[in-house]
Amino acid sequence: MKKENKALDMMWTVILTIASVLYMYPIVMIFFNSLKEETSISTNSAVQLPTAETFAGLENYLNAINSKGFLQSLGYSIVITVTSVIAILLLCSMCSWYITRVKGIVSSGLYFLFAFSMVVPFQMVMFTLSQTADQLKLNTPWNIWIIYLGFGAGLAVFMFAGFMKSIPLEVEEASMIDGCNPLQTYFLIVMPMLKPTMVSVGILEAMWVWNDYLLPTLVLDIKKYKTIPMLIQYFRGSYGRVEMGPMMACIMLTVIPIVITYLLGQKHIIKGVAAGAVKG
Amino acid sequence: MEKALKKYSPLFVIPTFAAFVIGFIIPFAEGLYLSFCQFTTVKNAKWVGIANYQRAFADESFTNALGFTVSYAVVSIVVINVIALGLALLLTRKLKGTNIFRTIFFMPNLIGGIVLGYIWQILINCVLSIVGEPLLALNETAGYWGLIILTAWQQIGYMMIIYIAGLQNVPGELLEAAEIDGANAITTLLKVKIPMIMSSITICVFLTLTNSFKLFDQNLALTAGDPKHMTEMLALNIYNTFYARAGAQWKGLGQAKAVIFCILVIAISMIQLKATRSKEVQQ
Repeated sequence: MKKENKALDMMWTVILTIASVLYMYPIVMIFFNSLKEETSISTNSAVQLPTAETFAGLENYLNAINSKGFLQSLGYSIVITVTSVIAILLLCSMCSWYITRVKGIVSSGLYFLFAFSMVVPFQMVMFTLSQTADQLKLNTPWNIWIIYLGFGAGLAVFMFAGFMKSIPLEVEEASMIDGCNPLQTYFLIVMPMLKPTMVSVGILEAMWVWNDYLLPTLVLDIKKYKTIPMLIQYFRGSYGRVEMGPMMACIMLTVIPIVITYLLGQKHIIKGVAAGAVKG
Repeated sequence: MEKALKKYSPLFVIPTFAAFVIGFIIPFAEGLYLSFCQFTTVKNAKWVGIANYQRAFADESFTNALGFTVSYAVVSIVVINVIALGLALLLTRKLKGTNIFRTIFFMPNLIGGIVLGYIWQILINCVLSIVGEPLLALNETAGYWGLIILTAWQQIGYMMIIYIAGLQNVPGELLEAAEIDGANAITTLLKVKIPMIMSSITICVFLTLTNSFKLFDQNLALTAGDPKHMTEMLALNIYNTFYARAGAQWKGLGQAKAVIFCILVIAISMIQLKATRSKEVQQ
């Protein structure tokens, strides 16, 4: 029986290895194409490896960085993601603490609204949201975090509140009796305990904001500001021949930082996903 | 403590709530109202009653998109969940390299839908041109299966992680008892493991279901609805109604479609949660 199991395990390992290689293939294919010369990238040769004649080195990468406003877009994407995630983590966790600790119709009403907003598809609000954002001048990369805070609050409050219900009330009460005001209690006592949930929420929200395409497209002025997903879609949709070489390099340049971040923070990311799903 | 905290409510609640009002409540309420109006901006709305809704149901592109979305959703929910559960079962067998496999299968999830759509468009078009079939822009069947493959590739890893977490929570004694009673692998799976991970199944089916109905980025980047709106899903159809053409008659129609879409998504999620929740067992 033991032996049979071992042979079976061996077979599964081999099958999974093949499957993982295939799984990686689409990204590897883009990587190889990003190393080809512009003229030798075509629809029917995308699966071919670069050869000695078609190998272009890092030329496409240099072109992408220099000519396509790539660095600018990268900057906007970073600004938007960082400000939004910080605002969501700080303000939503404070709001969740209030909701879980002060019982009443206001708290349960808010909680219901936040949960409801998670199910509503974005198309329901996309037009009116972009108009509201224009009126309130929230249409720049420096202000758009307010929109993301409002739209990301659902998931964040849900996850924070879920965790806070399990924190014993006594610790907080003790700190209040010792003379802390609610603000001090929050920052000195509650926030440090929230760290694991902060990491999970931060990762989920960062993934969402970083990859989001439709919201920034509708809210930001596309002529002035393009995030990375907007840039890629914009150049594909523009008239005339798309420069395939720099496009491939552009894709790789957006994928590589994600892969590196993932490999470094893998443990937290996978935990965060599992936690987010259980709460959701 | 409640009293003290209540005094601080402006500080704790107002910032998030204000942003929530701006980002969600106002647009939602306005959207609901505007679905009964003809308008090009929020300010020039003119009440037209349920005319937009009548036009939405009469719009063939909308009902086609609904049909396409439903048939896509059914297949993709089954494909994603079956493969993800299969992988989760394999990766909880303590095989060599489990961590590496898990890392690889999860990775596509982190890449955005626009980039994924583009990557798969290049790959699928290349394969189609090699076998001599029409490219995605002219090939409805390839567009349909392309979307299934692309979203499966993206989401299998995510669902797999949730199933793994569920399987790790199945008590070991239960599996031992089953083994002593002479249950084989398939009986153990069907009678012990699957009933014990019903809550994971609820979550995964819920997530794949709402993801399928709300799918937009991947649809836009892979096929953009081509050929002739035949691979257009609901979200993209609404987007195109709003923004593809200028004119006063389109925005109200788009908003009415969006309300119908919204009600549909909420109703389906509720029904699904009720249906699978009832099959969950208490541990």
